[in-house]
This record gives sequence, C-alpha cells and structure tokens, in this order.
Amino acid sequence: MYLFETIKLSLKNLLLKKSRSFLTMLGIIIGVAAVISIMSVGASAQDLLLAQVRAMGSNLIGVLPGASDEAGPPAAMFGIEITTLKHEDALALEKLPHIVAVCSYLNGRGSISYLNKSKDYNYMGVSEGYIIVEETTVDSGRFFRQDEIDSLARVVVLGSEVKKELFGDDNPIDKRVKINQVSFKVIGVMEERGVVAFQNQDEQVFVPIKTSQKLLLGVNHLAFIRAKIDKEENIESAISRVKSTIRFRHNIKDPIKDDFSIRSTDQALDMLGTITQALKMFLAAVAAISLIVGGIGIMNIMFVSVNERTREIGLRKAIGAKRKNILFQFLIESATMTLMGGLIGIITGILIAWAITIGVNYFGYDWKFIVTPVSVLISTMMAIIIGLIFGLWPASRASKLNAIKALRYE
Amino acid sequence: MLIKIDNITKDYIDDGLVTPALRGVSFEIDKGEFLAVMGSSGSGKSTLMHIIGFLDKLTSGKYIFDDQDASNFDDDQLAEIRNQKIGFIFQSYNLLARTSVLDNVLLPTIYTPNLNKKKTEKKALDLLNKVGLSERIGHNPNQLSGGEQQRVAIVRALINKPRLILADEPTGNLDSKSGQEVMEILQDLNEDGHTILMVTHEKYVAECARRIMVLRDGKIISDEKVGNQHLAKNGLKK
Repeated sequence: MYLFETIKLSLKNLLLKKSRSFLTMLGIIIGVAAVISIMSVGASAQDLLLAQVRAMGSNLIGVLPGASDEAGPPAAMFGIEITTLKHEDALALEKLPHIVAVCSYLNGRGSISYLNKSKDYNYMGVSEGYIIVEETTVDSGRFFRQDEIDSLARVVVLGSEVKKELFGDDNPIDKRVKINQVSFKVIGVMEERGVVAFQNQDEQVFVPIKTSQKLLLGVNHLAFIRAKIDKEENIESAISRVKSTIRFRHNIKDPIKDDFSIRSTDQALDMLGTITQALKMFLAAVAAISLIVGGIGIMNIMFVSVNERTREIGLRKAIGAKRKNILFQFLIESATMTLMGGLIGIITGILIAWAITIGVNYFGYDWKFIVTPVSVLISTMMAIIIGLIFGLWPASRASKLNAIKALRYE
Repeated sequence: MLIKIDNITKDYIDDGLVTPALRGVSFEIDKGEFLAVMGSSGSGKSTLMHIIGFLDKLTSGKYIFDDQDASNFDDDQLAEIRNQKIGFIFQSYNLLARTSVLDNVLLPTIYTPNLNKKKTEKKALDLLNKVGLSERIGHNPNQLSGGEQQRVAIVRALINKPRLILADEPTGNLDSKSGQEVMEILQDLNEDGHTILMVTHEKYVAECARRIMVLRDGKIISDEKVGNQHLAKNGLKK
C-alpha cells in the first residue's frame, strides 16, 4: 500500500505543476533523446561502413608495402609512398597453395578524353586477377589478359559511369580514348558496382598494371596486392606462406625487418568495428553529459519542492512518517520525473533517428534504421539512476527536517 | 494511568547557549482525562506537549507512556508511536492542500503497516459523518471553512484510534461559533473515553476541560481539577 500510495502521490505532485515538471524534465528529455539518436546513428553508420568493406569480397588478404605493428595501420595507409612492393611479388604469390587469384594494384588520376569530351577520373592499374579477386565481371567486351600486361598493351576497361559520360548510348568497344594524352583502346565495360570501400567503382577505368607503371606513372612499384584465398579456414596458413615468400624475395632474414604488412578483410572488419564502436561510445558519452546537466536541474527543482513543502513534511513526520518514508517519497518523486522524461526522450530520440534514416536514404546510401533494445534499456536505467542520484541530496535534506520546526515554517 | 512524567527537564542549546524550557516537571494523566495546559508564551507548555507527543526528546527525567518507558526511544520508534498512539490537532489544521478531505483523513494510515484499506476507509467515512462532513469527503481543504477544516483534522487525529489526543490551541484560528463546535466535539470524544491533552492560553477554552494545569518558566505552578466543567454546547464564555 505504501509504495503504491507514494508513486500515486508523486505523480499527483508532478501533475499539479505541469509546466514546471515539463521544463525540469526537458534536460533529461534532450539528454536521453541525444543518447538514443546518437547510438542509433552510430550503429547505422557502423553497419554501413562494415557493409562497404564486406562488399570488397570475402576471404581476401591484402599485402601493403611498409612495415607496421600488428594492430596499427601500415604507413602506406597514410599516403606515404613506399616502393618495395613489385608486380613480381604478386606473380610469386599466385603459385602458393590455397590462393585462388592475385591482383596487383596501382592507382593514379588523370584526364580521360574521347573525341571532344574530357574529364578527370581515377584510373587503376590492375592485373588480370582483378575480376576474380573483386568478384565482379565485365558488362560488355572483355577484361585484359596476362599477355596484354606483359606486352604493355594500351588497352582500357571502363567503369560503367565513365562509359555513360564519355560515350552515352554508343558502343565504346574498339574505340580509342586518351589517358593523359596516351591513346588506349577500349576493350570492355565493367558491370555496375556502386560504392565499395568508399570509392565509386563505376567512376574509374582499369588499365593493365604494367602499362600504368611504365606508360602512365613511370614507376616500378605497386600500391598493394590483394589475394583471394579458397576458404576462410585457410587464411591463416596462406598469410604465413605469403609472408615467407615475400621475405624470401625481398631477402629478409629477420621478420622484424619486414618491409611489408599483411591484412585480411576479417582483420580490417575487426579494426573498423573497434574504431566505430569506440567512436559511437565517445559520442554517446558526450551526449550523456547533457543528462548530468538535466540531473542538476532536477536537483534544483527538488530543493525548491522540499522548501515549498516543509510544513507538509513536518505534518507527515508528526503523524508518523519515518525518515526513510520521507526520503523515499522525494526519491520516488525525482525518479518518476526523470523516468517520464526518459520515456519521452526515448520516443523523441527514436523519431530523430528515423528522420535521419529517411534523409540519408534519400541521398542513395543503404542506411539502416537501427535502434537497439540495449540503448533503450540503458537510457531508461540512466534516467532512473540520475533521478535517484540527483534526488538524493534534496530528499535527504527533507528527511532530516525537524518536525516541530517544519510545522512552524512559514 | 496513561502517562507518568517524572521530573523531566528540557534544555535547548543554541550556539552553546543553554536555554532551559522545562525545569523538573512531574505529573500523571489517567485514561479518560481531559487536561488543559495553560501558560503564557515561553512558559514551556508547547515544549511539554512536544515531549508528550513524542515530537521532541527530553533532556533528563523519566517519561512512561502506556506502561512503556519512552525516555530512550529512537527516531523510528517515536514515529511509530506518534502514528499509532497519538492523534495531533493543530492550531492551523495542517491539512494537505489539493488533497481531498477523505485522503487527508487517511494520511496517517499510509504509514501504518498491515491495515485493511476497506475497513479504514469505512471508519473514516463514519467519523466524517459524525462530525457532519459526510457530504464533503471529495472537497479540498480550500473549499472548507476554518471550522470544517479543524473537524477534518480531528477526524484525521482519530483515524488510528489513538491512546492520547494532543490538541495545540485547537480553537486559536477559529471564530467563536466554530470554536464552540470544535470544543463540543472534543468534549464528546472525552465522554466516549478518549484521553485529551489540550494546550491553550485562553481561560474560557481551558474551562471546558476537566483539569487545568498552569505552567510558568518551565515549572508547574498549579494543577487542579475543574470543579464545574463548562459544557461547550452552552456556548463559550469569553
């Protein structure tokens, strides 16, 4: 009976001063809404990021030039050019067991022109294994062959978007385009792939790796190598074979002196997952600060309430309320207030996250609406806990009031 | 015997300054008595009432209530005894605003464990009926006159069947007609066997009791039975 009466009483007291209660709750509402929407946006962004990496293909390992710690990103990721990795390394890897295909990569940017149309695009020097490694295919024509790589053939495969912009509806096969003034024959057009690993694959062109090295960029090295492994359980053993092969080719005796790093997509997913998770938590923590500010507002108004109701507290004590009864009454009151604020905040936060989902999807991303029960649960708990923590001081002051003095309070 | 007060003192200490409020007071109250305590302000009558009502603790001496030595009760025990054995009536009624008459009357019962809610409500309605307020159970205090509010407060004091009713200047805020009504109710309650201790500084109010005790400077200066109790229903003589 007592708990029920106390909750009823606190709701009544909150409803008696509707606008004051609402304004007091506003801090908690904003805080909880911020936490919920940020957790949701974070989860959606994380999902999008991981989906992008997964789209690169499964069971992939990447060989990057330059050494790195196990955990940290290799130097090549920061745009430092390291010239130790060669196409011959990639060819050596092709012979290893469990490796289905290998592709060398080198990228550059230049103007590509056809007749009087010209535009800047990324071009990518790749080897013939590209089609298998990236699990893609040509939409028309064909991809280049190994002999075209060896012979520095001036052939190019266009991304679907490039084809559209330069040729429109015309058939581009066997037409000639110029990349940085060097003439290339179009032999194929890639199928549409969209954005993978944050690069629009349809807005680039593909040339044989050696052609890009010698004729376009004048270099001898690779940006990176990717290899596709037959099965997931063979990735570990493939990595160690790749390591020893490259060490042998680079004449490295001591693994500490490795001039290359190996990453698998699993690792990349793990790393990205960790980073985005940390970012999500950081943002939620920042949002949670507003909950503390809201809590201080609650505390403030509870002090006012204790003051206003001093005589009531005195009376309750005189007719038999114990200290814990008064403490409990005011704690329930502040917790009810924060809980109600929390519930309104959760609804607001979900609505915000939903609006963001609609907005981002409008721009063509596959952004999912994700509100986890955990975030709702955590927010609700936090709201109640804040009510209890910030209500404790005012409630304790109320419970310690002297009944005689409180009854005489004017 | 309901109450035995044996040589109690009460000192108030403020900033190291000791102010004695009661200086060795001894008396007894029997069951069914109607005692009026009189005295000017500062005489110690309020302090005495607070100690008897378990709102304050005594400095020295012995206080036996209902055969229990109450001198050393802790705060929770005091709260329990106030809840179940004492009924308070205040000068300014002290009803909760924006709370119905019925809920005001039931207020002490939310602190009483193991009560039958239905029975308690029925009892509240019966008592309200007795004081002529059965039509107003849903009203809030601000819709009632002062006399009606004090009658609600009296019913609130009775709801837990107290052993002792403590009335602190119960007519102090009332016009003479309402005051008369309240005193009539108190006399009726006393007739029914309730023990009442009333603090007042009005002689004509005190004369409605059966015994008058006068305090001055923390000491009893007189304690006499009223030979000819004035009946409130005949009007209060000022």
